[in-house]
Amino acid sequence: MNQKTKAISFSCAVLMAAFMWNAQSHATEVGDKAAPLMLAEVSGPNTFNLNLKKPKSRNLPPAEDGIHDPENEATHSLQHPLEAYKGLPTSEFGNYVDWVKALDQGKLRPRWDRADPNEEPFVMDLDIVRPVKASVPDVVFPHRQHTEWLFCSNCHPAIFKPQRLANQISMSAILLGQKCGVCHGKVSFPVETKTCRKCHSKPKPADWQPPLSEATLKNPWK
Amino acid sequence: MSSKIKRNVLKSMIIGVLAYMGAVGVPQPAQAEYADVVINNYADAAGMRPAVFPHWFHRIRFRCKVCHADLGFAFKAGGNKITMAKIIDGKFCGACHNGEISWSVENCAMCHSGNPGTPTHFHGSTVQRLIAPAYKPLQANDTKK
Repeated sequence: MNQKTKAISFSCAVLMAAFMWNAQSHATEVGDKAAPLMLAEVSGPNTFNLNLKKPKSRNLPPAEDGIHDPENEATHSLQHPLEAYKGLPTSEFGNYVDWVKALDQGKLRPRWDRADPNEEPFVMDLDIVRPVKASVPDVVFPHRQHTEWLFCSNCHPAIFKPQRLANQISMSAILLGQKCGVCHGKVSFPVETKTCRKCHSKPKPADWQPPLSEATLKNPWK
Repeated sequence: MSSKIKRNVLKSMIIGVLAYMGAVGVPQPAQAEYADVVINNYADAAGMRPAVFPHWFHRIRFRCKVCHADLGFAFKAGGNKITMAKIIDGKFCGACHNGEISWSVENCAMCHSGNPGTPTHFHGSTVQRLIAPAYKPLQANDTKK
C-alpha cells in the first residue's frame, strides 16, 4: 500500500515537473517583451468548446447508432450505411455523401416512379438569384438540382409562391424549419457553417456597399 | 525496490487506462444517420418498438418525389399518422411494402426496430438542435420491454 502511494506520488511529481518546465519555458519566451501572461482559472462551466462536440464516429451500423434497439434481431439484418455509400462522392456534412453529385455522375439511379424504373424526371433548368441584404454573397437557387429529386407541387405553392418577390425568406425562418428549412437542416444538406456557400454563392457586385443601419442614419452627431 | 516501484507505476497506469475506458463507455448521445426518422405516434402504446425510417436507404432507390408527391407523405416527422391499417390498405409505406416492390409487412421488426420509449423525432434536425430539448436516449435499465 505504502509502495503504491509512493509510486502515485512519484508519477504526480513527474507530471508536475513537466508542467512547471513547460510553463517556465513559455514564461521566458514572453517575459522578454511583457509581463507574464495571467490566465484566468478556467474550470467547471467555463471550459472551451462546450458546444463543439463532434460525433466520435460517422455512419455507424444500425445496431450501434443509438436509436435502433440492438436487442431486436432484425436490427442486425439492416444494411450498414457505409456498405451502401461505397463508391459515392463524399461530403463533409449530413450523411457525408454528396447526393446531388452522385446523381449527376450517374452513381445513383433512384426511381422517379414507384414501380416503373424507366420513367425520367421532369427537370427544369432555371436559376433564381436572390439578392441578400446582409454582406454575405447573394443566393442562387438552382431549379435543376431540385427538380431532379422533387416535383413542382412539393414546393409550389404551399412553401414558395411561384412568383418573383413574393417570398420572404430569412435564415431564422430556415433554422426554425420553414421555407428552405422544410428540407434543409433535416434531410437535404444541413444548415451549418460548412454549407453557407452552397446557397450564398454569388459574390456581391464590385460597387456594393453594406446598407447603413437606421441608427447610423438618424445619428445627429455624425 | 525499483522494480516494485516500476510494478506500481504499471499498476497505476492500468488503473488510469481502465478509468479512461470507463469514461468512454458511458452512454453517448445517439449517432444515427442524418435524416433517420423515429416514428412513435402509436407504437409504444401498442407494445411495439417505434418504427425507424432511414431516408438514406430510400433515397438511393427512389427520388423524394415518389413518396412526397405521389404517395402524399407530408414533410413532417410523425405528421402522417401512419397506422398498420393504412399500410395494409396500400397507403403510405404499404404502397411499396406489399411484397411486390419491396418486402411485405410481415417483417414487423425490420421497421419496428427503434429503442423502446424513443419519442418521434428527426435525427440531426437543426430545429431540434436549436429549440427542442436535447433528446436523450433512455438508460438500458429504463427501457420497457
